[in-house]
Order: sequence, then C-alpha cells, then structure tokens
Amino acid sequence: MTEAAESTDVVRDVVIIGSGPAGYTAAIYAARANLNPLVVAGSVTAGGELMNTTDVENFPGFPEGIMGPELMSHLEKQATRFGAEVLYEDVVNVDLTTDPKVVTLGNGTEFRSHAVILATGSAYRELGVDGEKRFSGHGVSWCATCDGFFFRDQNIAVVGGGDSAMEEALFLTKFASTVTVIHRRDELRASKTMADRALAHEKINFVWDTEVTGLDGEDKLKSLGLRNLKTGAESTLDVTGLFVAIGSDPRVDLVRDQVELTDKGTIKVEYPSSRTSVPGVFAAGDVTDPTYRQAITAAGSGCVAAQDVEHYLADVKDLAAAAR
Amino acid sequence: MSTIDVTDQDFQEKVLNSDKPVLVDFWAEWCGPCRMLTPVLEELAVENADKITVAKLNVDDNPQAASTYGITSIPAVMVFKGGEKVATSIGAKPKQVLEAEFAEYLK
Repeated sequence: MTEAAESTDVVRDVVIIGSGPAGYTAAIYAARANLNPLVVAGSVTAGGELMNTTDVENFPGFPEGIMGPELMSHLEKQATRFGAEVLYEDVVNVDLTTDPKVVTLGNGTEFRSHAVILATGSAYRELGVDGEKRFSGHGVSWCATCDGFFFRDQNIAVVGGGDSAMEEALFLTKFASTVTVIHRRDELRASKTMADRALAHEKINFVWDTEVTGLDGEDKLKSLGLRNLKTGAESTLDVTGLFVAIGSDPRVDLVRDQVELTDKGTIKVEYPSSRTSVPGVFAAGDVTDPTYRQAITAAGSGCVAAQDVEHYLADVKDLAAAAR
Repeated sequence: MSTIDVTDQDFQEKVLNSDKPVLVDFWAEWCGPCRMLTPVLEELAVENADKITVAKLNVDDNPQAASTYGITSIPAVMVFKGGEKVATSIGAKPKQVLEAEFAEYLK
C-alpha cells in the first residue's frame, strides 16, 4: 500500500483526508464506485475519536454494542477490501484552489487529485483556565479510557454535561472512589439513558450551575477552584484528577482560508449534499456538523460525500468530452 | 536498533545508568493512543539508533516507575539523560512533532 506514496504525478480521482466513520464510509462507497480512493488516515489519529472510547452501544447493527477501536478496524477492513488505499500519514498542507488539487503529507509526498473529501473531524475543547497546560498529564486528562487507571481509589472530577462526559464519569467509577461531575447548567445535555445511569450511580455526584475557574497543586493537581454561575459563590474541590469533556471543535486549520466556514466554525456544505464552497471539494462528518456529531451521522455523511464525488467526476468528464 | 522493553527491576540499569539518552514510552495494552504511537516510536528508534535508545515500559506490570515519575496520562514519553528526566511529551503525536520536541536529543 505504500507504493502510492511515490506516485505524485498521477492525478487521482479522490483523496479522503481523515479516517473516522465519515472518512472510511466515504472510502467504502468510493472504492465500490471504482474511484480507487486514497485515505490519508493520520499517523496517530487514525480511526478518529472512537479509538479513545470503549463500548459503542448506539451504532446500529451491533445489538450487544461494540468496542470503538474494533468498529473502526472493521470499517477500515471493509474499505481496503474494495480497493481503498490507506496511508498512516498526516496532511500538512492542501491546495484546493487548483485543478488538480494538491494534498501534501508530513513526509513531503504530494498527491494530486480531481476531488477531495475533508473528513478531519474535531478536536477536544480545552477549558482555557490557568494551570490547565501545566497539569496536563499531571492530573488533567481528555481520555478516561487511557488515564482512569492512574486514579485508583482517588477523588476525581469530570467537567461537562453531555454523553461523553457521562460516559467518562461512568467509566471512571471503575477506578476512582468518587467522581464529581461539574456542569455549567442545572440539567444534563446527555441522552436520557446515559444521564439516568450517571445520576443513579452511587459513586457519582453532581455540582450544578458551576464552572471551573482554576487548578491548584505543585507537581500534580490537588484541587479545583469553582464558581457557582447563579450565586457567584466560590469554592474549592479537592481532586487529584480532572477529566475534561466539554465538547470539541471542528478541525479546520488545513482549509480555513480556502473553503467557506459557518459561524459555528464548521465547514459549510450545501446541505443535504456535501458540496463545499469550492468545486470538487466535499466535506463529511463532525467537521461539518455542529449539532448531531454521532458515529452514525458521520458515516451517513461520508456515504453522501462519496456519491457526490462520483457525480462530480462524471459531470467534469462529460464537460471535458463536450468541449472536445 | 528497534525499541527495548524496560521494567521496574532494570529501570536503573537500562535507563538511568545509560550512556546514551533514553526515550521511555510509558504505555498499556488498554490505551488506544498508545497503540497508535508504537509504530512512530519504532521509526524513531531505528532512525536515531546511534543517538538515543527508545524503551517501552508497561505501566500495568511496572507501577513503580510510573508512580515515581508522577504519570497520570499515557502515552507519556520521557527523555532521560545522565540519570535525570530532561523532557516530557504527553499524548500520541506525529513523528515530526516528537522530532521537534526532542530535537536537542536527536542531533
């Protein structure tokens, strides 16, 4: 699969940037349409956000649930089975203004392609409070499945009120003595199933209407500064671990100046199609979606993008033939 | 040379007493990002075999070292030189990023 890395003068039909459910689903459909897609999967982000999760219970077709990494491995196998090529490299630059478009990897390889699908997903949001950087890896974490182990029999906190915050809190109860969920509002945004499970858990307690204002400790995190948003009252909470699950931001740095974005910062598409503001450039998954952001919605939009690419390439070839 | 495995028992000998700087990857089976980082470190080990040793330490089997160095997030990559911890990088990062962070020890 690495010989593709050399073929820089060949113009491909489609390059897919990203390898979450959107990227791989686009690859499955594009491969089955004989478009010979190249997936630039990322060196350490391959598989996307589900690689950091455990049980995925809401992806249709798996009545008993499936582990996130296993699901992504299935999607990759399904894509390569139909001829998609996968490279575990990072894209460092794209030029979408030309035809063919140029995609440049971290190792300097350039690919030229008539169409590009942007499926770069989103990145964890940071709290933006003092000490967050300093304690990152010393108490502050964005990955419960990676780091829960280090907080056995300790008191820890989770910030956030969505499904991922509840999932992290529930997972962390396997290790921690107590898990305090700190949330800005007085109700959870999480799905009812996840919220009920967390609210009923004896190791989990909730601090409502509250934000984290600071982090304290010497080498390691020792306590959090909190402020109640309704009363303004300030307090501290002694915890050795803080898991941040306050959502994520679309990864648009590569294309920020080349495609139109929405006021939410996502890539703007001509919904229900996946067309961006640049002809031949399509986008799918979380990078386009400020609202739903589920594995299944990402997969659905990846399917849409691959079919849009197929129609685009057919139209371009028809126009070229007519011009001759 | 590829990566070597180190344990709580031989950490002193293989890491702290090493003549060359040693890059230690603290990892575990259940950590997804650790698995993503493994091939990156293998490449770094092969390409910089004359300058550094790249070692892997399983935190499940070797809790002492992880505790000594206050690790609460993995993958955690630390560089040891002359018995001292001189650099740390937390999280799975692309090769180019790690090369830049540890440039001083890869010269």
